[in-house]
This record gives sequence, structure tokens and C-alpha cells, in this order.
Amino acid sequence: MDPTDIARWQFAITTVYHFLFVPITIGLSAIIAGYEITWLRTRDERWLRLTKFFGKLFLINFAIGVVTGIVQEFQFGMNWSDYSRFVGDVFGAPLAIEGLLAFFLESTFLGLWIFGWDRLPAKLHAACIVLVHVGTLFSAYFILAANSWMQHPVGYAFNPHTGRAEMNDFAAVLFNKVQLVTFPHVVLSAYLTGAAFVVGIALWHLRRARTDEDRAVYRPAVRTGAWIVLVAALGVVVSGDLQGKVMTEVQPMKMAAAEGLYATEAPAAFSVFQLGTLDGRHETFSVKIPDLLSFLATGTTDGEVKGIDDLRATYRATYGADPGATYYSPGDYTPVIPLTYWTFRLMIGLGMAGMAVAAWVLWVTRRGRTPQGRAVLAAAIALPFLPLLANSFGWIFTELGRQPWAVFGLMTTEHSVSPGLTTTEAWISLLTLTAVYGVLAVVEVRLMLTWIRKGAEELPPDVPAGADQGGDRPLAFAY
Amino acid sequence: MELTTVWFILIAVLWIGYFALEGFDFGVGMLLPVLARDDTERRVMINTIGPVWDGNEVWLLVAGGATFAAFPEWYATLFSGFYLPLLVILVALIVRGLAFEYRAKRPDDRWKRRWDQVIVVGSLVPAVLWGVAFANIVRGVPIDRNLEYVGGLVGLLNPYALLGGLTTLALFVTHGALFIALKTDGEIRHRARRLGVRAVAVTAVLAVAFLGWTQAQHGSVGSAVAFVVAAVALVGGGLAARAGREGWAFVGTFVAIALAVAGLFLALFPDVMPTTLADGASLTTTNAAATSYTLRIMTVTAVIFTPLVLLYQGWTYWVFRKRIATHHIPTAELASAR
Ligand code: HDD
Ligand code: HEM
Ligand code: HEM
Repeated sequence: MDPTDIARWQFAITTVYHFLFVPITIGLSAIIAGYEITWLRTRDERWLRLTKFFGKLFLINFAIGVVTGIVQEFQFGMNWSDYSRFVGDVFGAPLAIEGLLAFFLESTFLGLWIFGWDRLPAKLHAACIVLVHVGTLFSAYFILAANSWMQHPVGYAFNPHTGRAEMNDFAAVLFNKVQLVTFPHVVLSAYLTGAAFVVGIALWHLRRARTDEDRAVYRPAVRTGAWIVLVAALGVVVSGDLQGKVMTEVQPMKMAAAEGLYATEAPAAFSVFQLGTLDGRHETFSVKIPDLLSFLATGTTDGEVKGIDDLRATYRATYGADPGATYYSPGDYTPVIPLTYWTFRLMIGLGMAGMAVAAWVLWVTRRGRTPQGRAVLAAAIALPFLPLLANSFGWIFTELGRQPWAVFGLMTTEHSVSPGLTTTEAWISLLTLTAVYGVLAVVEVRLMLTWIRKGAEELPPDVPAGADQGGDRPLAFAY
Repeated sequence: MELTTVWFILIAVLWIGYFALEGFDFGVGMLLPVLARDDTERRVMINTIGPVWDGNEVWLLVAGGATFAAFPEWYATLFSGFYLPLLVILVALIVRGLAFEYRAKRPDDRWKRRWDQVIVVGSLVPAVLWGVAFANIVRGVPIDRNLEYVGGLVGLLNPYALLGGLTTLALFVTHGALFIALKTDGEIRHRARRLGVRAVAVTAVLAVAFLGWTQAQHGSVGSAVAFVVAAVALVGGGLAARAGREGWAFVGTFVAIALAVAGLFLALFPDVMPTTLADGASLTTTNAAATSYTLRIMTVTAVIFTPLVLLYQGWTYWVFRKRIATHHIPTAELASAR
């Protein structure tokens, strides 16, 4: 493999890994804030137990989210220096602003929340976790604005003198139409993911619980969580649909590749499942829903959807015969069709499966029921993973579907890589990070399981909030 | 003042913030096996930085992001050029961050001891390598006409840079010892203060050698002033520590680090990464900079949000101002129940 290949593998591995922890951080911080506020309002101990229990799991997750983010921040300069030179004027600003607005907020107020149980007045303490959540939203907004600019560059002019893209309209970058549909899609899928995580764990405990008192703790977590999953999933579908329309407009090839649609059709059917040659050109078996693709792409049931073959000709006419990537034969602007086709379906399928399971959980726990059975166990175990995988597939689809471009229409991936990067260096970096991330995965999963098993334990006699401003008791929390 | 100069200063400020803040938590990490006698004392030390180390590390992330935005060429050349050392730093920061968070999550001595080793190594490695990296930046490295670093790894390991690495190491150890003296109570406080006093002496020798060498080779009037103030602050900090004034002692090393870094940036200006090649090109605040449009956007954001950040980070230190002693560390049972 050449350095470009290795750098791509590294980016894919490190970013997908980072994004396993990100949606849980975003979703769970909101849910924990909800628990703590409910506790403050009702003074019902159960909510405090949930706050502390999921708070601990949150910290285990957050720690990895933070340390893997550090790699992301520097990776652009290390592996993609030509890319950084070319886009820095546009792309650097959202990244820097993310640090200033979001990361300081998240890390500082999380420190206050963790260690502040007895140092801060109760309301201020709850405000801290709310601010952490606000921080995650800022973070998502700015980083997604940067990513959306790569999908659909706006608000810049190419300067032939300096050979780079230069920003001339920051508002256009922040309110890119791709960004306006991507942000809701990603944040809602993060709520879905965080809530599914909570439901899975709480359901497992609910099934195991031996006393009514314990059941009374986990039940509300299961029920509220499952409702959040349903509502968020609805939003994910709506925003995803809007995204499909915007993408059809700005990157028609990505959506055609998502469908394996070679010839232009009007009306076009949505293919749910298909078997045949790997590139999807010759199908032997398929399940199709008539007119649906037309509707998804254009909003009308008989709209025309351009096929890959036509689009390739259009792209060649627009961008030239050579996209500049050695992975693609000259003039070939198609991404890897089997990957785009299946990742798109897996994103939708696994996410919707998560929603279906949550709906089923709501049904079997209706009116105080506590279901037992193996099916409940399976649901509890599956729930956290379904949306997590859907997220990964969503990103793999989005990023692979953009290929061979790094910045759509402006710069190819091949031209993005650091010119001085040697194969040896790239391998050392890829193997080191993969090994470290592999070990961390084992450590974190085992730790997570240990703390999940402990459950939302009964609380010791409470240390009143804000009690220890000058006092001399043991710390309410210590590393 | 030109915006490029403003951003050169702001980036210097971000690095100063990073080294002055994360400097002491690197020091605390490195001193774990030196100052603490048992697990409770190790926990006392770790909990002095518990609520703040992550916020301190964000100074680095913002320095990186701001460099990307304000001087894209600098960001690209620096991080692709110093590839392997940066990778080592990143791995160290990864495992170190997790160690704080995870060490107390299992009541198992071997588990804890292993994470403690990770904290020590994870603090030591960046403490040295940041010094090596900055010394090389000031000294100049081979950069060709296309602004690409062409020096390889070995070129970074020259005597001047290694002295730079030792100097940051010594500074951070001293800074950490005085922080522990300021933030703990009981025996460990006295041990830390004694160590701090002795560390100042060693650090002063190294710092004078390194900063003197820098001044001789690359210095300006500004950097000379900064270095002198840094040295005075360091020695003053040592004297204050000896007199038992821990607050002033910590202020001393804080100012020493801040001005030493400021001096390095002053020695650098108006270059941001000078070349050592006759037919190469230096990166300067002008040719590495983003457009003035981008710099204006960034300036407005920085002017609004930096004071806010300073305010709430400062407030955190105020909330957790109390000294920690061994009797503040909750027992294992109490901790797991909470
Ligand atoms: C949609 C959201 C999202 C996306 C697409 C990314 N991140 Fe992220 N990142 C977050 C959402 C987030 C977060 C929710 O804010 C995290 C997750 C866990 C955490 O601690 O904060 C975070 C942490 C985090 C940190 C550590 C912050 C700290 O110390 O507190 C850094 C440096 C980055 N990220 C950088 C990046 C970069 C350079 C990305 C692009 C490749 C990226 N992230 C993708
Ligand atoms: C703002 C955030 C992001 C930016 C700026 C970004 C940018 C990039 C860049 C520069 C590449 C390298 C070029 C390439 O190999 O195609 C890339 C590839 C990739 N990114 Fe993103 N990305 C972002 C977010 C994400 C996230 C959150 C994920 C998934 C979790 C992701 C998944 C991928 C994958 C899978 C690749 C590999 C594609 C390939 O190798 O062909 N990206 N992205
Ligand atoms: C009917 C359901 C869905 C539709 C129609 C849909 C549609 C889309 C489309 C068109 C994209 C590509 C956008 C782009 O290239 O920029 C996308 C990306 C993505 N999807 Fe979905 N999606 C659905 C369900 C889900 C679910 C259930 C999840 C996760 C729980 C999810 C997570 C993601 C993520 C993380 C991305 C990548 C980031 C982005 O570009 O927004 N999606 N989705």
C-alpha cells in the first residue's frame, strides 16, 4: 500500500472509533441532565440513583471520546498536510472555534460536575451537566460545518495565486445547506443512540431485579428512554430524507451509488435488498418498492433520478477526464458501489431495527409489567449496539460516497496526503494507533461491564449539596 | 498592529497557557513515585489535578486548531514534519488521560499500579518532547522551497534540542512539586516543598544554559528581557518556597514558564518556522498566514470567548481551592457507593 492508502485506513479507523463514543456522549449527557433536573424537582431518590449510575458509565465513555479526539485534531496536519494547506483558510476556523467554544466548556464543566457534588449548590451542579451537553452540541455543530464544507464547498473562492481555497463568507460556511440537514440528522441519531444505550442497560437490570423497589428505579429509565428512541428515530428519518434530497442535488453520484442505479429512471424504484454481481449491475434477485426512490430523491413519485452511467459522463464533462485518484480508472467518478449500497441500507436498517425493538419494549412493559423471557434479554443486549453500528455505517457511506474527492469538486483524496509522508512512517502510525485503540477497547468494555453489573446502587446518607465549601469531610468523589 | 502579528501573539498565549497549566499536571504525574509513599498519598496527588487536567489539555487542542486556522502552512509543515515525535506525544496523552479516569475504577492493586506507571511515563514523555520540538522550531529545521520539512527524524535530536527537552522536563517537575506543596496538606506537603526547593536549583542551571544559548544564537532585545524575568521569577519562586510561601513559589514557576515560552516566541518572530537550508524558505507570519478575512472572523471570536473561558476556568480553580490531605480520600467502599 502507498502512504495515501495507509493514511486513508488510519483516518477511517480512528474517526469511526472516535464516533463510537461521540454519540453516547452527546445523547447520554442530555439524558443525565434530565435525570438530575427531575431529581431536583421531585426530590425522588430514584432519579438521583439513575443520575449517579449513568453518570459513572458516562465518564468511562467520555474519557475515550476525549483522548481519541486528540488524534483527530492533529491528524489533518500529520497525514493530510496538502489538504490542510489547501483548505486551512476555510476549514481551520470552525475547528479552532470548536475548541474555544465547545471543548473548554465540556471539559471544565464536566470536571466541576464530577468533583462538585458537595462543593456546589444543587442547582448550580445540575447546570454544570447541562453546560456539558451544550458543549457537545457546539462541538457537533462546528465539526459538522467543517465536514459539510467538504461535502459541498461554499463561501470561498479559489485563489490561483496562492493555490488554495480562501474563505469569503463565513456565514455561508456555517449555514451551508448540507450542514442544515446534517446537524439535525447526526444529533438526533446521537439522542437515539444514547437513549438506546440507557434502555438496554436499564432493561437488563429490570429483568434481573428482585425487589419492587429496584424495579421502581429501572422502570422509568426504560420507559423514558424508549420514548426518546422513538421520537428521535422519527426525527432521524425526516432529516435523513431531507439529506437525501440535498445530496441528490449536490452529489448526485453519491445517491445513485447508494442505490446501485446505473441507468437514469423516471419513476425510480427503491431497492431494499438485492443479490447479483457485486457491483450491482446485474441483479438476480431483488426486492423493490416502486416509485419510492423518486420520492426520496425528488419529493415527487415520478421524478427522474439520474443513473451512474449518465452521471459519470456529466462529471467527466465538468471536472475533466481524470479525477486524479489512482484507485479509479481514468474518468471514473464512481465510488465503490457495493460499499455505498450496503452501508446505506445497514444505516437505515439497523437504526430502524433499534426503533422497532424500543417500540416492542414499550409494549411489553406497559402498565407496570415486568417481562422476563429470553427475548427481553436479547433486546436488552441488542439495543445499545444497533444504533451504534447504524452511525458507523452512516459515516462510512457519507465519506466513501464522496470519493474520489476529499473536498467535493475541488480536491481529490489522492492530492490531499502529506507529500513527505513515507510508507514506513505511515505504517508505524497506523499500526501503533490501531494497537493502542484495540487495547483500549478491551479495557473499556470490561470496565463498562463491571460498572453496568453494579447497577444503580442505593445511596449512602446524602452529603448535602454545597455542604463542604470550607468543611473537612472526605471528598464526595475522588479518582 | 497587523492581524498576522496579533495571531502570532495569540498562538503564543495559547502555548503559554498550555505549558503553564498542563506543566504542573505533567509534574504531578511524574512525581507520583517520588513524593507519594502509598496509594492514599498517590490519590491525594492525583486528586489535586483531578477536576482541571482535562481543561488544561484543551489549551493544546485550541493552540492546534488556532494554528490550523490562522497559519495553515505552519500547521501543515510542523505536524507533518515532526511526524513520529508527535505520534509519540499523542499516544502518551491518550494513555495518560485514561489512566486518571480509570485507575480508581477497580479495587485491584495491580490494576492501579499499572495505571500509575502509565501516568508517570505518559507525563514524562510529552514533558521532554515538547521541549525538544520547540527548541527545534526556534533553532530552525530543513524546510525546502515548497515549505515541506525534509529533515527526517535524526535531525531533530541535536544537543540544543535535547537541552531544551531537559529544561522543560525540569521546569515541569519543579512546577508540579510546588503545586503539590500548595494544594495538599500533611506530610506530603512538606516533602513536596523540600523537593521543590532543590528542584529549583537544578532547573535554574538548565534554564540558564538553554535560554542563554537561545539568546546567543537567535535572541532579540525582547527575548532577552523575557528570559531575564523568567530566571528571576524561577529563583524568586525557589526562595519563596524555602520561606514557606507556597502560593508565591507557585506564582514564581508559573511566571518563569510563561516568560520562557514568551521569550522563545519573541526569538522566533517574525518567522514561525525558520529554515536551515540555503535554498529553502522560512515560514513566516506572512507567508504562513490565512487571509485577513479569516483572521478577522477568528479575532472577533477570540475577543468574545477567550475572556469567558478564562473566567470560568479561573472559577473552577476557586471552587476547588481547598488543600487535600489523606483524610479527605474516601475509602474504597464509600467511593463505590457514590
Ligand atoms: C458530531 C459530533 C462529532 C464529530 C463528527 C467529531 N467529534 Fe470530536 N468530539 C465530539 C463530537 C464530535 C464530542 C461530543 O464533543 C466529544 C466526544 C466525546 C467527548 O469527550 O467530546 C469529542 C471530543 C473531541 C476532542 C477532545 C475534546 C476534549 O478534550 O474535551 C477532540 C480534540 C475532537 N473531538 C476533535 C474532533 C475532530 C478533529 C473531528 C473530525 C474528524 C471530530 N472530533 C469528529
Ligand atoms: C468534521 C468531521 C470530519 C472530517 C473533517 C472528515 C474528513 C475526512 C478526510 C480528510 C478523509 C480522508 C480522505 C479520505 O480517505 O477519503 C476522510 C475519510 C473518511 N472519513 Fe471523514 N471526516 C469527518 C468526520 C468523519 C466521521 C465522524 C466519520 C465516521 C465516524 C468519518 C468517516 C470517514 C471514513 C470512513 C473515511 C475513509 C474514506 C476512505 O478512506 O475512502 N468521517 N474524512
Ligand atoms: C430512514 C432513515 C434514514 C435516512 C433516509 C437516512 C439518510 C441519510 C443520508 C442521505 C445520509 C448521507 C448524507 C451525506 O452524504 O451527507 C446519511 C448519513 C448519516 N446517517 Fe442516516 N439516514 C437514516 C437513518 C439513520 C439512522 C437510524 C442513523 C443512526 C442511528 C443514521 C446515522 C447517520 C450518520 C451518523 C450519517 C453520517 C453523517 C451525515 O452525513 O449526516 N441515519 N443518512
